[in-house]
Amino acid sequence: MTVGVVMLVHTAFDRAEQMIRHWVAGGCPVVVHVDKKVDAATYTRFVNALSNLEHVHFSERQRCEWGAWGLVAASQGAAKLMLDQFPDVRHVFLASGACLPLRPVSELCQYLDARPDTDFIESATTADVPWTVGGLDRERFTLRFPFSWKKNRRLFDRYVRLQQIVGFKRKIPDGVVPHMGSQWWCLTRTTLSAILNDPKRPEYDRYFHRVWIPDESYYQTLARIHARKIESRSLTLSKFDFQGKPHIFYDDHQELLMRSGSFVARKIWPQAELLFKTFPRKTEPARIMAEPNTSTIDRVFGKAVERRTRGRPGLYMQSRFPNMESENGFTAAPYTVLQGLDDVFPDFTSWLAKRTGAQVHGHLYAKDKAHFAGEETVFRGGISDGARLRDYNGRMFLTNLVWNGRERHQCFQFGPADTQDIRWMLAKDTNASVWVVSGAWAIPLFLSNRPASEVRAEASRLQRIEHKLLKVLRSPYARARINISTLADFVDAPMDILQTIIDEMAGHRATTLTEVPKMADLTRFAAFLQDLKNQGMHPFLTGDFAVDDAQGPKQPRSRKPYVVGKK
Amino acid sequence: MSAHQRGNFSDVWLAYRLRWKRRRFLFRIWRKRKQLAEVVNRTTDIGPNDILAFVTVRNEMTRLAHFLDYYRNLGVNHFVFVDNASDDGTAAYLKVQPDVSLWTTPHSYKLARFGMDWVGWLQWQYGHGHWCLTVDADELLTYPYRDTRDLRALTGWLDQQKMPSFGATMLDMYPKGSIAQATYEAGADPIAVLPWFDAQNYRERVHPIYENRWIQGGVRERIFFADAPERAPTLNKTPLVRWHWRYAYVSSTHQMLPRRLNHVFGTPARPTGVLLHTKFLPTICAKSAEEIHRRQHFENSDLYESYHQNLTTGPDLWAPTSCRYENWEQLVNIGLMSKGDWV
Repeated sequence: MTVGVVMLVHTAFDRAEQMIRHWVAGGCPVVVHVDKKVDAATYTRFVNALSNLEHVHFSERQRCEWGAWGLVAASQGAAKLMLDQFPDVRHVFLASGACLPLRPVSELCQYLDARPDTDFIESATTADVPWTVGGLDRERFTLRFPFSWKKNRRLFDRYVRLQQIVGFKRKIPDGVVPHMGSQWWCLTRTTLSAILNDPKRPEYDRYFHRVWIPDESYYQTLARIHARKIESRSLTLSKFDFQGKPHIFYDDHQELLMRSGSFVARKIWPQAELLFKTFPRKTEPARIMAEPNTSTIDRVFGKAVERRTRGRPGLYMQSRFPNMESENGFTAAPYTVLQGLDDVFPDFTSWLAKRTGAQVHGHLYAKDKAHFAGEETVFRGGISDGARLRDYNGRMFLTNLVWNGRERHQCFQFGPADTQDIRWMLAKDTNASVWVVSGAWAIPLFLSNRPASEVRAEASRLQRIEHKLLKVLRSPYARARINISTLADFVDAPMDILQTIIDEMAGHRATTLTEVPKMADLTRFAAFLQDLKNQGMHPFLTGDFAVDDAQGPKQPRSRKPYVVGKK
Repeated sequence: MSAHQRGNFSDVWLAYRLRWKRRRFLFRIWRKRKQLAEVVNRTTDIGPNDILAFVTVRNEMTRLAHFLDYYRNLGVNHFVFVDNASDDGTAAYLKVQPDVSLWTTPHSYKLARFGMDWVGWLQWQYGHGHWCLTVDADELLTYPYRDTRDLRALTGWLDQQKMPSFGATMLDMYPKGSIAQATYEAGADPIAVLPWFDAQNYRERVHPIYENRWIQGGVRERIFFADAPERAPTLNKTPLVRWHWRYAYVSSTHQMLPRRLNHVFGTPARPTGVLLHTKFLPTICAKSAEEIHRRQHFENSDLYESYHQNLTTGPDLWAPTSCRYENWEQLVNIGLMSKGDWV
């Protein structure tokens, strides 16, 4: 008989009874504390149910409220009873009714026998750990908390604020250095009796009576005064969410708990039949002295906190506030938007798809419909190509598209003839990479062979729209990767820009370009632009094409005229 | 007065108006109580922590056996049904179920706010303090860890987190091929017949008044409402609520008052669920034909007439990009529901 268990119970009595029987069967005496709030009938029933067990005692009942002194008083009384009644006990283990032993009691006893002088209690100074919720760490020890945090939250907060303003500070007793940690400890008889029989205990108790959540700091602080050898960790596996509430273990955590190698875990869902059936496990000689290893379980639960604080980028359905300006970006993955290149190179999309392996769409925001890659009518995830549907929420259309196609790099063509709703989104989205060849809209007009006087109005409209987009892209709020060049500059040296685009889209698989795709025939294009100017419409976005250059700007070599279908 | 102050003032004013709106709903619910006739009342069996289900049905004989099994397995302790003049034996079947209380009414479903007035009255009487699940017979709730944790575990966690309501997105399930061709036998799992769904073609925005996330999209929109997306069915629901007699559903279970109950898709930490919608069982064709005459569904029955016409012809909803249903984990990975920080 080396380990005694002090158990605090306030609910789920059938499970608590099961646990008590288990501890006793393993040879551990148990002192039970039942919350005073539990009604007399339930209490009597509980005591009667356990009356046939010899090594079970019930300590004096205290009223236990979360964050208040009662919990400490309860464990003090129970621990004293334990030390008095069972002189053989060398370690006292504090547990609750929702604590489930994962490994056999004998393994715990052997583990503790090998460390007869060690106290297992998580204990850290407030300055060194970011555990506390609500910003009250040091102040737990220096303010007063007469109001319940759970019932009178507003009063609690206001009274704290008042004390902060007034600059009120309680005096911490001499020799006490506030420490805190998990309230589930396992202390040696020596340390525990030193704490309970300390001549200064009345002073300490008086002080801790008014500390907030004293069960997380009373033993943790006083053990530092009396203990010979502290292992600052709890033998009880418990996980807390970002609000400091304990996570609950369910049947599907069986595998994780199995692998954790912990002695005891909490809190267990009372209806988790599988866990209560599986644990505690049978003794395994190979494992008897194994140290607990909780890295896997830490990672799984850590992820939840991350989900809580960050969400999953680019996914709106997943209970994320649709905060378009949030730093996580709007979309799930990087994508590329190309404006004007498909006007310069008539066969551009298929060429680019071949070169990069990316999913290259046509004009997704065209007025007639969304032109998905391969002219599919329904894109992955069930996105329809209908223009009405798309324009009803143009931004969500794009976030859905990028999310559904996130396994491949998505790329689409854009232009001033398309619906422009996503303009600001493109500029602000850090995942967007926007390449604009400004003034390229003039090429289809030129190739339509209609006289300048006829296309003048259309040219003017497209230029206005594109100019607006450029203004947005150049605004100080723009955070996308943006590259704008005029048509004149681009056709002068297309290789450089194309190479950069391909490098960016294909990543390490990109190859060096040896030839540019077939360019539209720009013979007499300069003259066409001059015609427009003569009509009073100055296409300033195209850049400067020399009028007398009948061949258009530097053609690498002459080739057959190529006619593009009417846009 | 600064713009900010004006904002505050109109907020308070809106809150005040909605408070009265909620009271009007409660009054209306109370007024319509006489439309309900009790068939069998076993509500004395309801224990203090029981989870209750409230359902309005009309001719759902084919679905009921599976529906009851499904929710009994999930941990629903008692069912409260309102039968809207079924003539296929629904009432007789429900009447003999040991965990069902049944009311019946011949009155207009539409005028009872699509059953919400009837269900509201029963919730008002029996729901207070319980976790109440309000679903239709063609909605099967699924949520993270569904296989290993029942509704009691879910609601226990929600209680611990002080979350009084749980949100779910409707997911329309459909077969491959004409919806008239599929074969379904009563009692079988309808998802086996309707395993397909649209994965991510949903959009959402915050409703300016009720503050719920207004989610639209999915297969019904893709096929039937491509030209009128604003008319497409609303998919967000708040089916699971720890009920208080002051609460009221506004329009189906899409919106509630008070508004805080609608904040179910609000933060990344909130787990959400999916209501697998088995509307497109082969019986839909006959039902749609009936609906064209009854005109009891939706605010604007005229607009929905062509939709129902369409359905009677047994269209094929399947597309090469459709997704085949596997399990709840798949829905989490696709992003249709969230674990939040429930681990």
